[in-house]
Amino acid sequence: MCRATDLRTAVLAKNDHGAQELRAELAARRTAMVNLLSSPGSGKTALLEAELTLARERGVPVAALTADLATENDATRLARSGAPVRQVLTAGLCHIETDMLRGHLDGWLPDATRLLFVENVGNLVCPASYDLGETLRVALASVTEGEDKPLKYPTAFGLAHLVVVTKDDLAAAAEFDRAAFLDHVRQVNPGVEVVFTSARRGAGVGQLLDRALAAADGEPVHTPVMAATAPADREPVR
Amino acid sequence: MSIALAVVGQVEEAARAQGHDAVASVTLRVGELAGVVPNALTFCFELACEGTALAGAALATEHVPGRAHCPPCDHAWPTGTPPSLTCPRCGLAAAGLVSGRELEIARVSWSGATVPEEG
Repeated sequence: MCRATDLRTAVLAKNDHGAQELRAELAARRTAMVNLLSSPGSGKTALLEAELTLARERGVPVAALTADLATENDATRLARSGAPVRQVLTAGLCHIETDMLRGHLDGWLPDATRLLFVENVGNLVCPASYDLGETLRVALASVTEGEDKPLKYPTAFGLAHLVVVTKDDLAAAAEFDRAAFLDHVRQVNPGVEVVFTSARRGAGVGQLLDRALAAADGEPVHTPVMAATAPADREPVR
Repeated sequence: MSIALAVVGQVEEAARAQGHDAVASVTLRVGELAGVVPNALTFCFELACEGTALAGAALATEHVPGRAHCPPCDHAWPTGTPPSLTCPRCGLAAAGLVSGRELEIARVSWSGATVPEEG
């Protein structure tokens, strides 16, 4: 005997629900989470170290959680900023999920934290599907990765509230075509702001921190087209 | 892999709630822009099912095309991949997606005996 049941449940419902709860809890304690997504080697850690250092100079209470498959190297680097830093080891998992994140935050995250940066595992595929309860989702690409990165990973760039270009000091050497990159970003995420940064030169570091603080202060963030639901489809107009 | 595990977890919960002890097949609806590769998911699904009520279950995926909508033109278009999210008529950004980000369990076909429901 074989019977069927219509379930119609979202596969990631449990994670999404947990993320909504965490977002509300963080908002209640005036902490905003910034979720950083990029491929490996794009310069997330270097930029984050610069952000943490600048935030501390400005007196903004920040903390960072950095996720990798293995090693505590990133936490060691980020801790040089003086900010509270915690390493998450995912034991082979290519992204972080809300439950895992919560387990690391409970009992560690300082009460007064204004901005909590989460450096996701270097990967532009799976992390894009997992809401972590962030206020600001940032997708990063370095100038050495090619202008078509947003087209190759449309979910990651299409769902970002903000796009960041890293290693901009190498743009000329890499023959990075800025206009082409911006066109590709606009194709998958029309209207999203793109911030150009160089952790080495300090360019754009303050701009990114300002955007994160504005989001933490409740200023509306960009709504990506891919995150918005349009009214039910009518028969397409021919 | 964790998406496959999430599917198995949800189906096991439904099996318990509805008194089924074996699963013949699971049908997923996967949007074109969900960021999931159906072939990779099928591979992971087999592994995730081992040792559960879903052991040996087949996975079917229904592809949901991406569609975006422009309210001023009242025009909807297939986004394709990578998606084109500006209106082909007026060049404005789409208001949102009509479809394409689905990642849901549509149906489960049960096999084996039905365990009487409690209560």
